[in-house]
Amino acid sequence: MAEYTLAAPLTDDVVEKLRAGDLVFLNGIIYTGRDAAHKKLFELIQEGKELPVDLKGQIIYYVGPSPARPGQVIGSAGPTTSGRMDAYTPALLDLGLKGMIGKGLRSQEVLDSIKKNKAVYFAATGGAAALISKRIVKSEVVAYPELGPEAIYCLEVEGFPVIVVNDAHGGDLYSMGRKQYQGE
Amino acid sequence: MKTIKYEDIVSVVSGLCQEANYYLEEDVLEAFKKSREQEVSPLGISILDQLIENAKIAREERMPMCQDTGFAVFFVEVGQDVRIEGGVLEDAINEGVRQGYTEGYLRKSIVGHPLERKNTGDNTPAIVYTTLVAGDKLKITIAPKGGGSENMSGVRMLKPAQGVEGVKNFVIETVDKAGSNPCPPIVVGVGIGGTMEKAALLAKQALLRPLDRRHDDSSIAALEEELLERINKLGIGPQGLGGRTTALAVNVEIFPAHIASLPVAVNINCHSARHKSIIL
Ligand code: SF4
Repeated sequence: MAEYTLAAPLTDDVVEKLRAGDLVFLNGIIYTGRDAAHKKLFELIQEGKELPVDLKGQIIYYVGPSPARPGQVIGSAGPTTSGRMDAYTPALLDLGLKGMIGKGLRSQEVLDSIKKNKAVYFAATGGAAALISKRIVKSEVVAYPELGPEAIYCLEVEGFPVIVVNDAHGGDLYSMGRKQYQGE
Repeated sequence: MKTIKYEDIVSVVSGLCQEANYYLEEDVLEAFKKSREQEVSPLGISILDQLIENAKIAREERMPMCQDTGFAVFFVEVGQDVRIEGGVLEDAINEGVRQGYTEGYLRKSIVGHPLERKNTGDNTPAIVYTTLVAGDKLKITIAPKGGGSENMSGVRMLKPAQGVEGVKNFVIETVDKAGSNPCPPIVVGVGIGGTMEKAALLAKQALLRPLDRRHDDSSIAALEEELLERINKLGIGPQGLGGRTTALAVNVEIFPAHIASLPVAVNINCHSARHKSIIL
């Protein structure tokens, strides 16, 4: 288990050195997106149209925050279950998406696509939403404002804590971690 | 006969919605700290530290500890000598939810139709279970329930011959399948007996019991302890990333059963194990 502080967006050589189980603190820019935004992006890809954001090298965070109080950058903002995005994810990875942050298991198709496209799947701590919101210093809607909390936001993050679950080499912390501590 | 005003119920419920989401109960916080001492996985320890810190930030800044501020589920005990003036109890609760979720900056997570799925915009309707009891008091308990952990819950109608082994296997199987999805460490509510819906309701009520209190019946208390030990040997660990802390507690409630049935329900709650009560 290594510990890194990384700049986002990500580059190929950075992604390649990450291994399942590494603890990572992210600085820089990430995008948000959950069910509704993914569906819209996927439809544009199928129609061969341009996306409202260039995904090359970018990270998408699966989140639907609680409303911000006046003066707050963002409300509580923990990860949502990633599996609901599985049907759309391989198409986004093929377009150059490098990272995803969420919680919970991914489908085999997503795992294969992560390996093929040299990408990475991070887990953020589900339910640590107040703590995570403190690591988000700027938030701005960049697409689909009509979706409210489900719109695509561009977030600037500082010291955003995530853990590598699926690395570009096929490592899978959900199965490795369990095996290691089973029966203890 | 005691009279309680509609508006008073509205304002109390509004406050309960907010407090339940901002302030983690002491018993859960204690369970985090105890698990942190016993956890051996370094990542597991770092996650438990995050959860302890998260509860502190939520409390200090009056922010929801989790962005999924849940379905507003209520258990209400109405004393037979209570009269509610100015409106209907369930309307007062819904109005309180509407106000509490809006004024408290809580997320609105309810769609008005299960298939058409348009958000109601104010987190109503609430789910309200009411029982009539003796006396002149009104006890309102809120237990906001997140979707991630609710989705991993289940009911099974066992054959009576499957007995306690069948019950244990179903509980373990449900937790095992849930894996990382319900945001472990989890709290496991188990309902045994009754009918299908009674078992499910018992499982949900079991989640209201403090984590450090075992069942009064010593054989059920022993079952709770055995299940907790077996669950924590699954290795799932905090957030499913491996470790000893998969569950903080297993709470079991039982009810008489039909000669032909053995219903068992497992309601999984995440570590955002929220509930608050007030007596009027
Ligand atoms: S399962 Fe619980 S902690 Fe996890 S996101 Fe849902 S409400 Fe929050």
